[in-house]
Amino acid sequence: MTLLRRTARPPATGPTAARSARRRARLPADIALAVIGACFALPLLWLVLAAADPQAGFQTRWPQAPSFANFQAVLTPELLFQPLANSFLLSAGTAGVNLVAAVLAAYPLSRYQSRFSKPFMYSVLFGTSLPVTAIMVPVYGLFVQLHLLDSMLATIFFMATTTLPMAIWMTKNFMDAVPVELEEAAWMDGASALVALRTIVLPLMRQGLGVVFIFVFIQAWGNFFVPFILLLTTAKQPAAVSIFSFFGQHGAIAYGQLAAFSILYSVPVLVLYVVVARGHGSSFALSGAMKG
Amino acid sequence: MLPVVPSIVLLLLFLLAPVLWSFYASFTDASLSGRGAKDPQWTGLDNYMRMLGDSSFPLSAGLTLVFVVASAILGQNLLGLVIALLMTRARRPVSSVVGIAVVASWVLPEIVAAFAAYAWFSKDGTLNQLLGSVGAGGTNWLYSFPLMAIVLANTWRGTAFSMLVYRAALAEVPQDISEAALVDGARSWQRLLFVTVPLIRSSIATNLMLITLQTLAVFTLIWVMTAGGPANSSTTLPVLAYQEAFKFGDIGYGTAIASVLILIGVVFGAAYVWLLREKRP
Repeated sequence: MTLLRRTARPPATGPTAARSARRRARLPADIALAVIGACFALPLLWLVLAAADPQAGFQTRWPQAPSFANFQAVLTPELLFQPLANSFLLSAGTAGVNLVAAVLAAYPLSRYQSRFSKPFMYSVLFGTSLPVTAIMVPVYGLFVQLHLLDSMLATIFFMATTTLPMAIWMTKNFMDAVPVELEEAAWMDGASALVALRTIVLPLMRQGLGVVFIFVFIQAWGNFFVPFILLLTTAKQPAAVSIFSFFGQHGAIAYGQLAAFSILYSVPVLVLYVVVARGHGSSFALSGAMKG
Repeated sequence: MLPVVPSIVLLLLFLLAPVLWSFYASFTDASLSGRGAKDPQWTGLDNYMRMLGDSSFPLSAGLTLVFVVASAILGQNLLGLVIALLMTRARRPVSSVVGIAVVASWVLPEIVAAFAAYAWFSKDGTLNQLLGSVGAGGTNWLYSFPLMAIVLANTWRGTAFSMLVYRAALAEVPQDISEAALVDGARSWQRLLFVTVPLIRSSIATNLMLITLQTLAVFTLIWVMTAGGPANSSTTLPVLAYQEAFKFGDIGYGTAIASVLILIGVVFGAAYVWLLREKRP
């Protein structure tokens, strides 16, 4: 600190000076943050206002005759319910596959020391960095060769694989937090590892499993590119893809309906995010990648 | 180790196999239809030679570089750090509300965020409406400045991640060190540069790595906003690979471009793993 002292103003008494300086900095910080926040919120304001405005365009304006007409217009089986059901099937399937595979993989990695564990975990981590958009061309080729194109199930397994590395890391971190002593009693009684996992470990890490499930679910729900490439039949496409054709094909875009659809499609992930963020201080998404 | 088998099978089948197949197919003339679909021939380095000769590849690689540097390394990273720093000073209600606004665009499905960004920048959009209200003339941003529009949109969409990383990192910086520097009379930029930044440098490095990889892979945002146009002026490598493979049916050339992208990912991924290994003894 001696280096810094050269530019020093005459210091007031210790902690009080710090506190008053912080209080002085508060108002400019408030204003700067509010301006940044407004820039972030404004583009979303359009979405909300246009959804309530039957005469909406791309401009942000207060609806002259606010109504639910846009919502009513998209609330049809073909436009909304079928795509949302597909989204749900894809996302829940992806999250389910992830959970099963990740729990099975994380258990030995968390409980047993093996010389394969570390290399495996690091290769898995490495897998998280492959850009998925780069893999889509070869995956398409692979799916053609294996006759898996337009298969919902194969798409689920592929989507699950892309999120699996993150899921394994998150699950292992949560599992490490369950003390191993609790299982030892069960092992003494002759329970196998898998029985101990099911009856002792999993119930104790229920919350963590919920976080992994929701995290993967949110990612799958928002995924556009993968189903856009791998699912061809309209009846199988999730909302992310159907909304795109809705936008592209209807020559004149029905802006208000597009906004209404977007909101209905977004609500489930917003709700799930809030559920997880409340319990885990919104850092949940980072627990897999950053803490390592 | 038996329970690990399902994960290994999935990772080998759907991650490693496509990567290997990509490298293989990039040496062939595989295509979506015609003879190249039934019986692709080995063509050696043809696709890679074509990539170097074709003007669209160097252009696209350059655009990708600008896009990643401007929107991830400068945009998301710096803005995320600034927001996180401001939050440590601002009143709690202000920082919570702003936090929600920043996170909202990140949590929304990518395609919805892309529509909102499209609406914002389009000719009849809100940006021009705002410019008009202060007497400035607007332009069709998506045609005149497509790269700038997608850079701003990606910064808007992705900054939340950096913000969360830096909030967590700043929360672990011991208050007394910063306060000691303050009492010693350090100005705020000095405290930031000489005290705070060195203390959170591993978070900075990890964050840069992750957002670089995420931005490198961005497709939906660009596809919805400009579809790579006009005239390839916003075609990044993922968009180029998609166009060559699916629009022009040239799987061989498309996988060659994808292979380059995968290699870039491999380099960053290796650096990322190395970085995390460094941290633990």
